[in-house]
Amino acid sequence: MARMKFICDAERCIECNGCVTACKNEHEVPWGVNRRRVVTLNDGVPGEKSISVACMHCSDAPCMAVCPVNCFYRTDEGVVLHDKDVCIGCGYCSYACPFGAPQFPGQGTFGVRGKMDKCTFCAGGPEANGSQAEFEKYGRNRLAEGKLPACAEMCSTKALLAGDGDVVADILRSRVVQRGKGAEVWGWGTAYGSQTAGKPAKEGSAS
Amino acid sequence: MKRVALTTLCLAGAVAMLTACGERPQTNGGLTGAKRDASPVSGTDAAVFRQGGWKAGDQAAWSQQLKARAQYGMNDHSRTTN
Repeated sequence: MARMKFICDAERCIECNGCVTACKNEHEVPWGVNRRRVVTLNDGVPGEKSISVACMHCSDAPCMAVCPVNCFYRTDEGVVLHDKDVCIGCGYCSYACPFGAPQFPGQGTFGVRGKMDKCTFCAGGPEANGSQAEFEKYGRNRLAEGKLPACAEMCSTKALLAGDGDVVADILRSRVVQRGKGAEVWGWGTAYGSQTAGKPAKEGSAS
Repeated sequence: MKRVALTTLCLAGAVAMLTACGERPQTNGGLTGAKRDASPVSGTDAAVFRQGGWKAGDQAAWSQQLKARAQYGMNDHSRTTN
């Protein structure tokens, strides 16, 4: 069974924001809501790195743990989704998320803060796959079309990888072996639960 | 006898309180507050957008389709000769 994961290869990300644009366009995300963003680490310092950040679909998702109305669920593919008909827009998930993924539109049913919106790994939501209702609430369901998330498929340098965890980790591993550096994957350990995952091996240790 | 009863009562109380520390089920299907969601393997109503090469409902074919797509679309090392 595939376990869907994101990896952003910071050695390749050129901060073009193509992933952000692809996401906004694919799902017709409203103004003020950014399901994906490009973040620059150590901005202005020589050696700065950029990474593309969205919901990482954590193995043990904090948003899911704090939601008072249980609107979240996890699919068999490991994608964390939510039901907007259940969400009350309280914002607890926003405080719990280590990646700043939950977004709140400025206009909605509950006044200033509407129902939460976030990256769906292009897997839609709990409406009929490919239906108009699903598109309007959650965006396109590319997984049901046999495609991968638009952000990763649109990435010009292939910095952003999305798909089965085994496959994307294998692609990154082959790159690291070839170039001899850049094994760091920011957020990987936080999202998928390993303290050592995504960090370079210590000198002298076998890895 | 009284001590045993007290200990048993304390243990039962501790177990009852610890149930709040248990994990809630995360899977979809009526256990959470969300509606039941269809698996992406079951395909989409928007057939015009569906990628060919796999049949809706075939889990293995769907997984293989995504793996092949990831390899072709993201693994540029496998597409170069050196």
